[in-house]
Amino acid sequence: MSYVPTTSSEREAMLGAIGVSSVSDLFAAIPKTLRLTEDLPLPPSMVEAELITHMRELAAKNLDMDALTSFLGAGCYDSLIPSAVKHVLSRGEFLTAYTPYQAEVSQGVLQAIFEFQTMICELTGMEAANASMYDGATALAEACLMACNAAKRTKVVLAGGVHPEWKEVVRLYLRHQDIEVVDLPWDRSTGVSDVQRLEEIVDSSSACVVVQQPNFFGCLEPVQDLGDHIHRLNGLFVMAVDPASLGVVKAPGEYGADIAVGDGQSLGNSPSFGGPSVGFFAASQRLLRRMPGRIVGETKDKQGRRGYVLTLQTREQHIRRQKATSNICTNQALNALAATVYLCLIGRQGIRELGCLSMQKAAYLRSRLESLGLAIPFSAPVFREFVVASPVNWQEVNERLLDMGFLGGLWLGDSFDELQHCCLLTVTEARTKSEMDRFSTVLGGLI
Amino acid sequence: MSNPADLLFTKDHEWLDVKEDVVRIGITEYAQDELGDIVFVDLPAVGDELTEGDSAAVVESVKAVSEIYAPVAGTVTAVNTDLEESPELINEAPYSGGWIFEIQIGEGAALKDTLSMEEYETSLKEA
Amino acid sequence: MSIFDSSAVGRRAYRFPDLDVPEVGLDELIPREHQRQSPPGLPEVSEVEVVRHFTQLSRKNHGVDVDFYPLGSCTMKYNPKINEDMAALSGFNRLHPYQTENTVQGALALMHDLAGYLSAIAGLASTTLQPAAGAHGELTGLMIMREFQRHRGDEQRDEVIIPDSAHGTNPASAMMVGCRVREVPTDSRGGVDVSALREMAGPKTLGLMLTNPNTLGVFDENILEIAEIIHQVGGLLYYDGANANAILGMVRPGDMGFDIVHFNLHKTFSTPHGGGGPGSGPISVSEELTPFLPYPLVTKTASGYEFFRPAQTIGRVKAFYGNFGVLVRAYAYVRTIGADGMRQISETAVLHANYLMRRLQKSFYLPYDRHCMHEFVLSGMNQKAFGIRTLDIAKRLLDHGIHAPTVYFPLIVDEAIMVEPTETETKETLDRFIDAMYAIAAEAEANPDLLKDAPHSTPIGRLDEAAAARRPVVRWEASVEDEA
Repeated sequence: MSYVPTTSSEREAMLGAIGVSSVSDLFAAIPKTLRLTEDLPLPPSMVEAELITHMRELAAKNLDMDALTSFLGAGCYDSLIPSAVKHVLSRGEFLTAYTPYQAEVSQGVLQAIFEFQTMICELTGMEAANASMYDGATALAEACLMACNAAKRTKVVLAGGVHPEWKEVVRLYLRHQDIEVVDLPWDRSTGVSDVQRLEEIVDSSSACVVVQQPNFFGCLEPVQDLGDHIHRLNGLFVMAVDPASLGVVKAPGEYGADIAVGDGQSLGNSPSFGGPSVGFFAASQRLLRRMPGRIVGETKDKQGRRGYVLTLQTREQHIRRQKATSNICTNQALNALAATVYLCLIGRQGIRELGCLSMQKAAYLRSRLESLGLAIPFSAPVFREFVVASPVNWQEVNERLLDMGFLGGLWLGDSFDELQHCCLLTVTEARTKSEMDRFSTVLGGLI
Repeated sequence: MSNPADLLFTKDHEWLDVKEDVVRIGITEYAQDELGDIVFVDLPAVGDELTEGDSAAVVESVKAVSEIYAPVAGTVTAVNTDLEESPELINEAPYSGGWIFEIQIGEGAALKDTLSMEEYETSLKEA
Repeated sequence: MSIFDSSAVGRRAYRFPDLDVPEVGLDELIPREHQRQSPPGLPEVSEVEVVRHFTQLSRKNHGVDVDFYPLGSCTMKYNPKINEDMAALSGFNRLHPYQTENTVQGALALMHDLAGYLSAIAGLASTTLQPAAGAHGELTGLMIMREFQRHRGDEQRDEVIIPDSAHGTNPASAMMVGCRVREVPTDSRGGVDVSALREMAGPKTLGLMLTNPNTLGVFDENILEIAEIIHQVGGLLYYDGANANAILGMVRPGDMGFDIVHFNLHKTFSTPHGGGGPGSGPISVSEELTPFLPYPLVTKTASGYEFFRPAQTIGRVKAFYGNFGVLVRAYAYVRTIGADGMRQISETAVLHANYLMRRLQKSFYLPYDRHCMHEFVLSGMNQKAFGIRTLDIAKRLLDHGIHAPTVYFPLIVDEAIMVEPTETETKETLDRFIDAMYAIAAEAEANPDLLKDAPHSTPIGRLDEAAAARRPVVRWEASVEDEA
């Protein structure tokens, strides 16, 4: 099956207009020795009906979160998605558009991005936001690079509670730019950054301190202490946040952050095995011209009508080339649109309810499990994720949970040597009391 | 617009107004026209120590970027802060209100390879 | 109108379920110092308002589904609808990345096989699917190059050679791995100036980044010599796959001598651009570079598919495994086209481009007059005599319902107009585009003002970009009257 509409008589007509006798004449510039003479080693073509059968077979080899009740999170969430989101996203004018370089025929995408930027500013309490990044991890890496450029310093301090995969991405991005990355240790009893170590680790050569709120363990960090400390040293304060928390938990802007980033998967984007999601990137106004990525601005046409354009493009790779603020070009526009539609649908009241529901439910499950004998190793308050401990083999426990229809939590022993007996559980707004009660009973029986 | 005869010029389309050991720097009529609508100027800070050829400022239009190089080693003594709010001054008055910064010539340093107005205009015709 | 303008206090759309567990006081759950004081100012609107708002916005937007989109270097081919349905299967889009491997065998099989298909198309040993876009693939490729050189004790290599016709992402990516850019000029035939390249290449050379066919739409005939020059000095060859739609089943970058290739699945493999993303930028590498790929990769064992970590992996370039949803669409596309259909894509794309080029040459200047591949570059120089710039031509085309080509790129062509028709357009559409371009060329002579004020039929006219950049307004603010 192919999507080529050209008939053989049309092909002949075009060859005639070009003045060649065959299509292969057009490939004459390719050295003969390089030209392939056989088909590539790929499977044969399929028609739509065959493809559907094949893809359904493949999909059936996966156990998805319609079949399983998930308590797994750690950066990717089983959240409720209003039906209208997918209907808006399936509009071909959004789905099949390129980057909005021709503003006059791209007002739809441009205005949607402008509204996305506004909503990210509102959520984070920051003054300016860009059109999106690949994901939260790469947004954080770009934030560190921007902080180093703005502060003209070459050291980044990462709070130990930042998502381990995000830390890996940050380290890789910074490795080739001679930037030192230092961990601020987390405290074993609280589960959050050890503020006693600030003085020793963060100094006047530090471009920024990076903290994730809530952190990887779901705990609320002593954000104010970290922010105040780096600001005294004239460095920048970078926060990574869970957008679902921002109806109830203090916003980065309220904490005095200079840059705020995060991942917007849980705002209307399906988990999709970890991607595509959407990274968001916000900063204070004075850093606007240092931001990576696309930015949409408002302006007017000759008749004075309001319209939107890609603006401050001189920061970007297609103009400034090796002096650009970043190499990012394609971003996650459609996922940003999903987040925008989602935030419109849940609205000002919904964002608070979302945070409250998740937090109340997580607290409920946590106390249920505590009463069943699971230990809660960290004392810090949590949002929608929390760590439990029990001297069991969590991988085996998760296998048994799977048999009972549950997607258990994330065993932490893989990433943290000191947490062999710990598991990270997540409760989103999608979980019900009866699911949590059943889960508690089953899990209680396994430990 | 004609280029003022009492200024010196560089091959990078900068003009220099030399008063004793202080040089005021801007870009020429030709340069502003090539760049188009100027939208932003990244100014140096007063007190910055520059060596000859350093990128001292950046002038941005909608779709182009141009670096302004220090014509001589020295210390930045003044910057045109009006450009922060009104970068279009460079388009409107490149030789007056659109000046960019002043540099005090450092010890032992001297301007070299500058062009007179006639030499600069000849170089434009050749290009 | 903005969605914020529709907001009315207390109006609701989506409702979350009621709280079904005993409620605990907020202060007991989070200390006051962590509680948000002022709620985020999201709009308060009904569902019908949201749906209408975005539907109306969509109607102000051009897309491949609307009409022709000959945007050079972007490969705006048709995005098959079935692929959207396949990616939406819950067995794909409701998977969690931290599920155990035994519960995601279908997803791993898909990733494993797609990586294999891309390796075969590239003519290279192995492929990572992790990069989220073309530029991200470039960054990943350059990180691999640096790690490989470091590993063999060649750490001093910090220069990347890039043609002056290259995409801006190439030099920007090189900068992000701490390298200096050496720009190699283009020769009179539109290829790399080989003698200049020979002078530049040396012990500092990390590698060469090249698009072939390049951004002029021209296949570089000297590619084998170019590869030899770089390899002889110990450098690596990076293939920017933005233009891979010209070579499917015709020639393999690996055979040309490239060590690393990135593909843009959102160009060559038909996944929709979504207004600027999500994309996907897998990279294929040679045997020698395979140990340095990002982790995890998928392998097939006797007991099934598993993730593994290559021995000298650079690490992770992104959380999780890449834009999986995009991978599902690309996989469905490759299976639909199949071995027997790949060549037809490139042959038709190249045929369409040459047909347009030869016919448009009658009215527009063609700086590199030779067969093109899947795209070509015209210049608006003929029209400059009438005071018309390429931008005016581009804007006038919008009045014909056709998206403008890529303009002012590549930078080495004055008044560049870069056209890429793709293989999925009918001859009728191509002819309609030709007629529109002829009409515009005639208008440029007869009525230049019509072009200078174009477009006339779009929802909005030319916008004041200078004002937008001078005093940036990047978020909606309530106007003073609204607050009163």
